[in-house]
Amino acid sequence: MLESILSYGLAVGAVYALIGITYNVMFSASRVFSFTAGMLGMLGGVLGALFIDKLGMNAILGFVLVLACGALLGVVTEILTVRPVLKSIEQHLYVLSTLAFALMVQQVTAIEWGTDAQPFPALIPIDPDSILAIIDQKFWLPLLACIVTIVGLEFLYRRTLIGRAFLAIAEDSYAARALGLPETGLRMASFALAGVIGAMAGFTGAQMLLAYFGNQPILSFYGFVPVALGGMGSNRGAVIGGLALGVFQQAANFLVGGIFAAVAVFAVFIVVLLLRPEGLAGAATARRV
Amino acid sequence: MTDIAATAPVRTSWLGRLEGKLSWILLGLVGLALPLLDDSYIGVIAQRAYIYWVLSAGLNLVVGYAGQIAIGWVSMLTLGAYTTAALAAGRVGPEWHPYLALAAGGLMGAVFGVIVGLPALRLRTFYFAMTTLAFSTIVTQVALAWKDVTGGGVGTPGPVFPWPFEPGWGFYYFCFILAALATWVTANIGSSRYGRALVAIRDAEVAAEASGIVKARLFTLIFLLAGALGGVAGGLFASLQSYITPEAFTFEMSVLFFIAILIGGRGSILGPALATIILTALPEFAAPLVQWSTFLYAALLLAIVLLVPGGIADMLDFKNRRPLTLHREIVPRTELLSRVLDRTDGRRAIVLRDISLHFGGVRAIDGLDLEIRSGEVHGLIGPNGSGKTTTLNVISGYYTPKTGTLQLDGADLPFDQPQVRANRRIARTFQTPRLVGAASVLENVMIGGTVHGHASFTEAMLSLPRHKRDERVLREAAMQALATVGLESLAEVRADRLQHSELRFMEIARALMLRPAFLMLDEPAAGLSAEEIRRLGDLIKAISREGVGVLLVEHHADLIFDICDRVTVLNLGKMLAAGTPNEIRSHREVVSAYLGA
Repeated sequence: MLESILSYGLAVGAVYALIGITYNVMFSASRVFSFTAGMLGMLGGVLGALFIDKLGMNAILGFVLVLACGALLGVVTEILTVRPVLKSIEQHLYVLSTLAFALMVQQVTAIEWGTDAQPFPALIPIDPDSILAIIDQKFWLPLLACIVTIVGLEFLYRRTLIGRAFLAIAEDSYAARALGLPETGLRMASFALAGVIGAMAGFTGAQMLLAYFGNQPILSFYGFVPVALGGMGSNRGAVIGGLALGVFQQAANFLVGGIFAAVAVFAVFIVVLLLRPEGLAGAATARRV
Repeated sequence: MTDIAATAPVRTSWLGRLEGKLSWILLGLVGLALPLLDDSYIGVIAQRAYIYWVLSAGLNLVVGYAGQIAIGWVSMLTLGAYTTAALAAGRVGPEWHPYLALAAGGLMGAVFGVIVGLPALRLRTFYFAMTTLAFSTIVTQVALAWKDVTGGGVGTPGPVFPWPFEPGWGFYYFCFILAALATWVTANIGSSRYGRALVAIRDAEVAAEASGIVKARLFTLIFLLAGALGGVAGGLFASLQSYITPEAFTFEMSVLFFIAILIGGRGSILGPALATIILTALPEFAAPLVQWSTFLYAALLLAIVLLVPGGIADMLDFKNRRPLTLHREIVPRTELLSRVLDRTDGRRAIVLRDISLHFGGVRAIDGLDLEIRSGEVHGLIGPNGSGKTTTLNVISGYYTPKTGTLQLDGADLPFDQPQVRANRRIARTFQTPRLVGAASVLENVMIGGTVHGHASFTEAMLSLPRHKRDERVLREAAMQALATVGLESLAEVRADRLQHSELRFMEIARALMLRPAFLMLDEPAAGLSAEEIRRLGDLIKAISREGVGVLLVEHHADLIFDICDRVTVLNLGKMLAAGTPNEIRSHREVVSAYLGA
C-alpha cells in the first residue's frame, strides 16, 4: 500500500508541481494569476490522445505537436485576455477574463471530444523484463518531466540572456522597460513557455489522469494550492508543495476516502492563507497609503 | 436667500421618484399577470428566473457592491437545496414541514455564506475567486458521497410545498413574492449607508477605513444575507426540479449568476435583475444552442470584461453624459461652518512623543515629538521623504511605529487601527484623493458620515423609520458640507467627472462629515491655482477658528506661513525646528535645508 501511495502520489504531485510552475511562469512576467493553467494541463492529455490514438501519429510527433499547441494557446491567452486587461484601470479583471477564456476552451473540448474520460496510450514501448518496467511509465514520466522542467528553467534563468530579461521583468517591470527591454514581447514569450510546461504536465500525466475535460478545474485548484502556500513565483515551493500535496492526497484516499482528502486539502489551504495570506515562504505585503 | 438653498435637502420630484420605480412596477405587473397566459412552460421559465434572481440579488451585493469575485456562489444553491430536500423528506430525523425546511435551507446558506465569504477579508482577488470555486466543487463531491442524506448520484426528491403555495401557479407566486422581497431588501441595503460603505471598500478602501467603516463587520452581514438568499433559492430550486442530483448544480449556473451581475452593471439592482431574466430565458428560445450555452456565457463574460466593464447600467446613465459647466469656480462659504462643525469645548490635543518608524533600513521618522491642539493650525513641512505623510499615517493608524506614544487628550490612541479614528472624530484627507468614481459627489461625501448613522443593518434592510431618518440627516449634512466648501452645484455629478482641485475640496467636505475635532490634511494645495490656494487657506483657517485642531502637511511655504499658528519642520525623519511661522522663517538651518535663501 505504501508503495502505491508513494508512486501514485509522487506522480500526481509532479503534475500539480508542473501546473504550479505554469502559474509561476505566467505570474512573474505579468503579475497575473491565470485560470488557464489547469486548462493547459487538461488539453495536454486530450490533445495527446487525439493526436496519437485517434490520428495515429507516433508518440514523439504527437508530443511535439501538443507542446506547440500549448505554446500557441499561451500566446492567445496573453493577447486576448491579459494584454487588454493590463492596459485598463481595473487590472484585477484578469481573474474573469482568463476564467472566461479557460471555460470557453473547456466547453469546446467537452463538445468536440466528449465528456467521458478516455484512455491515453502508453508512450514508450518498454520490454516488460527491462529495468525500466519495474515502475510503470505512467508514474515516472511526470516526475521526469518535472525534473527536466526545473533544470531547464534554472538554465534558462541563470545562463541565458533572455532568461535574465525574464527575471528583470519579474523583478521590476518599470525599470526593465526603462532599460529598453521589450516587456510585451517577453510577456508573450513567458505565456508561450507556460503553455509548453502546462501542456507537458497534462501530456505526461495523462496515462494516469486520462484524457478528460473535467481535469481542468481539478488541476487549476490543486496546481494553485502549492503555489499559494509556497509563495507566488517560487518554483521550489511549487515542487515541494506539489509533491507533498500529491502524497497527502493519495494517503488520505487510501486511508479515509477521497472526499475527506478533498475537504482536508481545502481546509488546510484556507487556514494557512488566512494566517499567512502571502504564503508560507512569501514576503510581507506592501504599503497601502 | 442662498442660505436656504444650501440647507434645503435635495428633493426629487414625485415624477422623478416614479421614474426610478417605474421599471420595477412594470416588471411586477408583468410578473403578476403572467399566470393569465396559462402557459405552464413559460411559468416554469419564469419561476427559474425568479429563483435565480433570489440568489443573484444577494450575490449582487457581494460582487456588484463590495467588488468581491465570489465566482462559485452556486454552492449556496446546492447547500440550500439539499438541506431543504433532506429535511423535508425526513432523511435526517423526522420529516420537517416544507416551509420550515426551507427556512433551515436559508439558515444553512447564511452560515456557509459567512464561512466561504470571510476569507475575502484577507485574500486577494484571485485567491478568493479560487477558494469559492474550490468550495463549490467540494460541496458537489460531498453531495455525491454522503448517500444517506443526499441520495448520492441517484438523488433525492425535492420538497413539495403545501397550500397556499402548492405546485403550479401557487408555487409560481411563492417564487415571485420571494424574488420581490429579495429585490426590496437588497435595494434598501444598496441605497443605505451600508451599501455606500461596501462601494467605498471596493473603490477606496483606505478612505473607507478613515471614515470608520469596519470591513469585517460589514462583510459578515453581507455574506450572511447573500448566503441566506442563496440557501432559500436552493430550497425553491429543489422544489422546482422535483428531483435533485449533484449534476443539477453545474458550474455553468455560477457563471450565469455572475455574468448577469456584470452585464447589469456594478452597483445597480435593476440591471442585474433584467440580465438574470434574459439569461435564464435565452437558452429556452434557442434550443439548438443549449449545448453551447456555457460557451456562450463564457464568451459573453469575456466580451463584457473587455468591452463594457460598466455594464448596462453605465450605458444607460444618460444623466452623466450631459456636459458640465466649464470654468467652474469653487467658492467656499466659511460662514456655514458653524452648522457643519460641533464647537469643541476646552483644550484638546493629540500628542506624539518620541515616535520612531523604520521601513527596512530607512528611518522614516526618528524620535519625533508633535502636539496638535484644538483651535490651531499646525503646519508640518519639510523636503520630500522627510516623514511628513508617514507622521500623518501614524496618527491615523495605518502605521505602527517602533517606539513612542500617541495620545488623544491624555489617553492612549491605539496604533494600527485606522477605523477607530472616526469615532474619536479624527478626520483626514489624502495626498491623492481617494474617492468612489462611479458614485455621485453627494454619496461620496455621505460616506464620511457613516459613523453617525444609528439604524442597524436590519433596520436599513427593512427601511424602517430610524433608517429613513438617518438617510435624511446624512443627506442634509452632506449638502451643508458641500455648500461650505463650495461644491453644492456638483452634488449629483459622478465624482470621477470632477477636476482635480474640486476633488480636493470634496475630500475636505467628506472629512467635515465626521464633525471632526481634529482634521489632518495631506498636501491639500497640490495642483490648485493660486486663487484656489488662497480660498483653501481661508477655509482651513476658518475651520480651526471653530475649535478644530488642524494638521497641515504642505509644500507651499506661503500657505503655511499665512495660516499656521505653529510650524514643525522635518528633515530626514527628525525635527529640524518648531515654532511660530515668524521664528521658522528666520531659522538659519531651515532656510538653508528647505526654504532656500
